[in-house]
Amino acid sequence: MEVLLNPWPWYVSGPLIALVMALLLYFGKTFGMSSNLKTLCAMGGAGKFSDMFRFKWRDQIWNLTVLVGAMIGGFIAVNYLSNDSGTDLNPKTVLELQTMNFETPGAKLVPDEIYSFDAVASPKGLILLIIGGLLVGFGTRYADGCTSGHAITGLSSLQKPSLIAVIGFFIGGLIMTNFILPLLF
Amino acid sequence: MKLLKYLLVGIFFGIVLVKSEAVSWFRIYEMFRFQSFHMYGIIGSAVISGIIFLQISKRGYIKSFKGAHIFVPKKENGFARLIIGGTIFGLGWALIGACPGPMYILLGAGVWSMIIVIAAAVLGTFIYGILKNKLPH
Repeated sequence: MEVLLNPWPWYVSGPLIALVMALLLYFGKTFGMSSNLKTLCAMGGAGKFSDMFRFKWRDQIWNLTVLVGAMIGGFIAVNYLSNDSGTDLNPKTVLELQTMNFETPGAKLVPDEIYSFDAVASPKGLILLIIGGLLVGFGTRYADGCTSGHAITGLSSLQKPSLIAVIGFFIGGLIMTNFILPLLF
Repeated sequence: MKLLKYLLVGIFFGIVLVKSEAVSWFRIYEMFRFQSFHMYGIIGSAVISGIIFLQISKRGYIKSFKGAHIFVPKKENGFARLIIGGTIFGLGWALIGACPGPMYILLGAGVWSMIIVIAAAVLGTFIYGILKNKLPH
């Protein structure tokens, strides 16, 4: 049981993520979580503003169901399949984050300094979350996919566009983490 | 009942992503600082497993549940949209530490402020839809 409750090693997790992709392909669908953002726009009537949102969103209910399942899975994993071991980060990472005023790096899944009620109640915290969300939502549609669609499905099927997109993900991620985050915290 | 299998796949996905710590903001930070192999190991072993699965199914050894060939839709070609869009996505991913799957998983895990991120991501997708004809692709 302890093995299940502790964080799972990468060599178990990676193949299991591929299994999610394989199961969806077996059901005749494709693994792509960011499509749901488009579907939510279409459901909200965004078709009036752009042809991108004019499609039969009912055909995407299966993917919204995956999403609801993912939320339930998150709930189950945190409440019933976890101990309080925290994330075993590189001590260098911990030290670095502490000098940036992150109090308990790795204690939770997300830092209180960004996600706690107090952080969100401050203008800076709220703006950070909104900008982050906007960038992800805009970028993923512009690039035609996200981590699941490009990095997992696209690379697994040896598609060149996905390789370019993943390189883009890393350019953006490296700039944010190495040059912008230190200015923000 | 047809939807039950998707719900179960989703639940499995959510559990795996939490237990792998791929939904951890700190793991994303560590990855982009090259201070741990963990995330590279996850993505790398997922892609290698995926390649093996698709190569086997391509040779016809694995078929879909309806008996059809396993089919992966082709991503659209291009360069500007992929590299620029990808970079914008990466900036957001590293800032909030969550991509479009983990956003919901973390919400389910009790990170309520994720609702703001999700709402903003939906809005971001909407803005792209409005501007897309004016952007380089």
